[in-house]
Amino acid sequence: MSTDVPTSPGVAEAATDPETTPAREGAGGEPIDHELLAVLGEGERPPPAGRFSASMSHLYRAMLRVRHSPTQVTDVTLFPLVMLLMFTFLFGGALAEGGTSEYLQYFLPGVLVNTVLMITMYVGMGLSSDAEKGVFDRFRSLPMWRPSAIIGPLLADAARYVMASIMMLTFGFVLGYRTQGGGAFGIVAAVLLIVVSAFCLSWLWTLIGLVTRNERAVTSISMMLLMPLTFASNVYVSPDTMPGWLRAFVDVNPVSHLATAVRGLMGGTASTGDVLLVLAEAAAMLAVFAPLTMRVYRTRN
Amino acid sequence: MPVIETRGVTKSFGATRALDGVDVSVERGRVLGLLGPNGAGKTTLVQVLTTLLRPDGGQATVAGCDVVRDAALLRTRIGLAGQYAAVDELLTGRENLDLVGLLYHVGRAERRRRTREVLESFALEEAADRPVRTYSGGMRRRLDLGACLVGRPPVLFLDEPTTGLDLRTRNQLWQFIRELVAGDTTVLLTTQYMEEAESLAHRIAVLDYGRVIAQGTADELKSQVGGDVLDARVTHREDLGRAGEVLSRVAGTAAQTEPDSLRVTAPTTGGTDALITAGQELSRAGIPLRDLALRHPSLDDVFLTFTGATAEEPPDDAGERTTGGDD
Repeated sequence: MSTDVPTSPGVAEAATDPETTPAREGAGGEPIDHELLAVLGEGERPPPAGRFSASMSHLYRAMLRVRHSPTQVTDVTLFPLVMLLMFTFLFGGALAEGGTSEYLQYFLPGVLVNTVLMITMYVGMGLSSDAEKGVFDRFRSLPMWRPSAIIGPLLADAARYVMASIMMLTFGFVLGYRTQGGGAFGIVAAVLLIVVSAFCLSWLWTLIGLVTRNERAVTSISMMLLMPLTFASNVYVSPDTMPGWLRAFVDVNPVSHLATAVRGLMGGTASTGDVLLVLAEAAAMLAVFAPLTMRVYRTRN
Repeated sequence: MPVIETRGVTKSFGATRALDGVDVSVERGRVLGLLGPNGAGKTTLVQVLTTLLRPDGGQATVAGCDVVRDAALLRTRIGLAGQYAAVDELLTGRENLDLVGLLYHVGRAERRRRTREVLESFALEEAADRPVRTYSGGMRRRLDLGACLVGRPPVLFLDEPTTGLDLRTRNQLWQFIRELVAGDTTVLLTTQYMEEAESLAHRIAVLDYGRVIAQGTADELKSQVGGDVLDARVTHREDLGRAGEVLSRVAGTAAQTEPDSLRVTAPTTGGTDALITAGQELSRAGIPLRDLALRHPSLDDVFLTFTGATAEEPPDDAGERTTGGDD
C-alpha cells in the first residue's frame, strides 16, 4: 500500500496554518500518520477553502437569508425613509430657522450616519443566533479559514449599509436635499467613510453577540450604547444651543466626528483632519474589537 | 491502527476538571459509544477531538492527525453532528447542504450530486426546497447528519444525535448510522441511551466526572457488573429501605432503590441460591412483594453500577456536574 498522501497546495498550506499552532510547548506527539491518512483518504480531497473563497461563501449565505426573509431589508429601506420624513417634517420647522428645507441640508448627512450606525447591530444579532443554535460549531469544524464565518456576514452587512445610504440619499434628493460643492465624489466619499466606520463598529456587536449568545441582549446593549451616542451628538442639531457640559461630550463623541466629516464631504468643505480623525477612530475600534471577537470565536465553546 | 486515539487528555474550565486523563481508541470502520450522565464530559471530549477546544494536556489523534498541531488538515477528514440540529432555519434543506459543500470547497457539479445523494439517502427529497423552519425535529436532525456527510468524511462525531426524538425517528436515524458504518466510516457516538449504545456501538466507554471508568463491548461491561442481578418490586413504598438492606445482605453488594417503580436491585454472583435466600429473608422480614426475579445484567445496570446515576435522565446533582461544555 502506498504511503504517499495525495495533497494539493491548499492542504499543505492548511497544515501549516498559524491558527493551528499549539498554544503551549510540547503539544502533540508523533508526526502525522501518513499511512493512515492514505487509507482514509479515498483519493484526493479538495483543498480547504481559502480566505476569499470561504468569506464569499458566508457572504452568499447571508444573501440567501435575505432572499428567504425579505423583512431583513426593511431596516435598510423603510427605516431610513421613516427617519427622514419624521425628522424633516415633525422637527425640521422647530429646529431650523429656515424651515424644513434648510434643516434637511443640515440633517440629511447626520441622519445618514445615524441610520447606518443603528443597523450595525443586526450582524451581532445574527451571529448570536448562530452561536446559540450550534451553527458555529459546525462552521468551526469545517476545513476553511475560520474568521470567514464572521467576516462573511460583516461584508454582507456592509452591502446593506451601502443600500441604506443609497435609499436615504434618494429620498433626500426627492425631498429637496442638494449637495453644496461636494458633488458626486463627495457623496461617494461620504458613503465610503460611513460604511468603513460602520464595518469597524460592527465588530463590537459581533463580540457582544458571541459572548452573550442572546439576540435580545445584543439588541438591548447596542441600543443602550447607540441611543446616547447618536442623540448626544451633532447629528440632529448644532451643539451651539447645548449646555457646556453636554457640548463638551458632543465635541469628543465619535458619532459627531463622523457626522461632521460626512457633512464636509457632501458639502465640499471637509478638512483632511476631520476625515483622518474618523478613520483613526474606526481603526482603533477595529484594532480592539476584531482580535477580541476572533479570540472569543476560537476559544468559547 | 486506531483512527481515533486519546492518551491522558485533560481539559479544565476554571476549577472544574471536565476531562481528567481520558484514554479511548476507535478502530477503522467501528463505532465507539461514549456513555455517561449529563456533565460527564462527553461533549467536551467531542469538542477536543473535532478541534473546537484545545486540550490542556495529553495527546489526541484523529485520522492520523494531532488535534492541536494538525488541526487544519484534520478538519478535512471529519464530520460533526452536535446535540442540536446546526442548520440554518431560513434556508431550504438543499441550500443548507449546498452551503456546507461550498465551505468544503467542493466543485459545483460534484456539490449538486452529493446534495442530491444526501437528500435521497435521508428521505428528504420532497422537503428539499422548503425552508428548514417548516421541518419537524426528526427531519432537521436527519438534515444535520446529512450536512456533515457532504464532505465525505471518513471519521464522524455524533454528539447525542437522537436526543429528543421519538422512537420511530430514532430507529430511522440508527439505520442511517448503521449504513454509514457498513461503508467503513469510523464513528464516535455520545449518548445517554443504553439501547442506542447497545444497538450501534462495537465498543462502549463509560465516562463520569471526566474519566473513563469502564470500557469494553456491551457483554464485557455486563460481566464486570458481577453477573446476575436480584430484582425485587415491593408492594408498599415504605418497605423500600428495608428491602434494600435485605438484598444488600444477601447479595453482598450495595443495593439500588428506584422509588418511582418501587424496585430494589442488587448485583449478585449467587445465582438461584441467592434468589431463594432473598425470597426467604424478605418473607421473614414481613415485606410483601409484587415480584422477585433473578435477571441477567443490562447496560442500565452497568451504568448504575459505575456511575451511581440512571441513564436517560440527568442525575440529581446535574447542576454540580456541569463541565463547561454542553454536556
